[in-house]
Amino acid sequence: MASGKTVLSVRGVTKQFGGLTAVDHVDFDVHEHEVVGIIGPNGSGKTTMMNLISGALKLTAGQITLQGSRISGLSAQDINRRGVSRTFQLVKMLPTLTVIENVMAGAVFGHKRRWGYEAEDFAHQMLNKVGIDSLANAPVSSLTYIDQKRLELARCLASEPEILLLDEWLAGLNPTELTTGIELIKTLRSEGRTVILVEHVMDAIRSLCDNCVVMNTGQKIAQGSPAKVLSDPEVIRAYLGDDDA
Amino acid sequence: MTSRETRTLVIAVILFGLAALLPFSGNGYYISIGVTIAMYVVLSTSWALFSGPTHYISLATAAFYGLGTMIVATGIEMVPYVVLLLISAVAGAVMAALVGLATLRLSGVYFVIFTLGLAEMIRQLVSWLQNNLGGSRGLYVLTDLTEEHIYWELLALAGFVFLIGWWIGRSRLGFAMRIIGNDETVAAHCGINTARSKILLFMVSGMVAALVGALLAPRWTYIEPNIAFSPLLSFEVVIMALLGGTKRLWGPLVGVIPFTILLEVIEANYPSQTILVLGIAFLLIVYLVPHGVVGRLEQSFAKFRKGGN
Repeated sequence: MASGKTVLSVRGVTKQFGGLTAVDHVDFDVHEHEVVGIIGPNGSGKTTMMNLISGALKLTAGQITLQGSRISGLSAQDINRRGVSRTFQLVKMLPTLTVIENVMAGAVFGHKRRWGYEAEDFAHQMLNKVGIDSLANAPVSSLTYIDQKRLELARCLASEPEILLLDEWLAGLNPTELTTGIELIKTLRSEGRTVILVEHVMDAIRSLCDNCVVMNTGQKIAQGSPAKVLSDPEVIRAYLGDDDA
Repeated sequence: MTSRETRTLVIAVILFGLAALLPFSGNGYYISIGVTIAMYVVLSTSWALFSGPTHYISLATAAFYGLGTMIVATGIEMVPYVVLLLISAVAGAVMAALVGLATLRLSGVYFVIFTLGLAEMIRQLVSWLQNNLGGSRGLYVLTDLTEEHIYWELLALAGFVFLIGWWIGRSRLGFAMRIIGNDETVAAHCGINTARSKILLFMVSGMVAALVGALLAPRWTYIEPNIAFSPLLSFEVVIMALLGGTKRLWGPLVGVIPFTILLEVIEANYPSQTILVLGIAFLLIVYLVPHGVVGRLEQSFAKFRKGGN
């Protein structure tokens, strides 16, 4: 298991919506250069966990720290500036901006800030990295689904985040696109980026994650390498019910 | 500066210079229409600076405008006019900041209704103050300023608004506003302080509207809150800006000129049907030119170029 210094630390994090506890006292750490997968059945609180880290939702209790300083309680824009960048489960584009401008949005206002030609050059580099630099001046409406996903990823990368949150980034891709997508995340991994991904695609989890956090009904039920957690009886029970455990 | 920007600047300066020559025509009627057009150009251009990119429809123009007018009307006997202009500008910006802090976290309809109510609230407040602190409801603004002076002042303010708009368009603030207008959630997750950006721009818009009110106070000579805070003004500004188009800095200008002339003709011939015509114009704009005249022209131009290739 990777043992770099801790980038993100989640302690006792709880989120209640009225009487419903969506995330219940969850603890985990993410180390530098580590790819951590948050997995679990539908409704287990994975996306809520992502929203809590990125600041889209406020915690009910607990604490999240980034490189030792507390980020829970800050607004989404402050958390982003400190180096947390995310994609959305349903892709969010900026439709009246061109492709390159969408990426510049990340480069201009994010964690590492650039402006003018510098921002534009850097945005081109990020588009190149995700493989769609040839579409730089196209309108966003002309992009295919996977290209939209690539664009959103490029926008996140453009702010040079300390930690990247990918919320079901591979969902909805066809088999060919899925291979491309997994390869792309592998290159991010080999660049030594720190990533948290929420994912349902098991192949991706096996081949990409160093460490997995398994959630069920808001609680963390297992943690460890993909091979270990996916053979854990409790995890199998959560996914498939008692009979198959 | 690119060659295209230089060309735009040269054209703008020439048009501006030509506009400044209008008072030399000596025709009082033209000058009077010129003042009205200049007023609406400044108001709708500064309105579009904020509402164009954010899509927040502000009906607060009358509130800021009236504030400026009332400040001048109240202080003209005691304080030099120039100082009153400064006070109006600052007061407009401060009021915009307060309104922004209170409402910009709200979106859509709530913001529209609040801004509409604001003008009414301030009008009532001013009337109440005048009734209770003595003095009459009407105030006289007697200065040596003629229509020509007011016209030039407004023209200078228009130049200032265009320069600010041009500067914002190429600044980080302008880029932030375009992102906010597209998707506020994305904007926040890109690290943009959405509330601060919106409030800053709303302050510019409020400051300019208050200044316009202050500059026009000498035109009316006799001022009372019902005139200063006319809600019709807020709607006219919105309609004109939308008619021209809010995507380009000069868009509202394209809407203001024909609309003001149309209004003049209607007011002269059918004085009691003005509001009816405004309503019809609004419907036509929404149905026929949702992106404004400028947006329509650009669409046709793009189509033409495509066809040409």
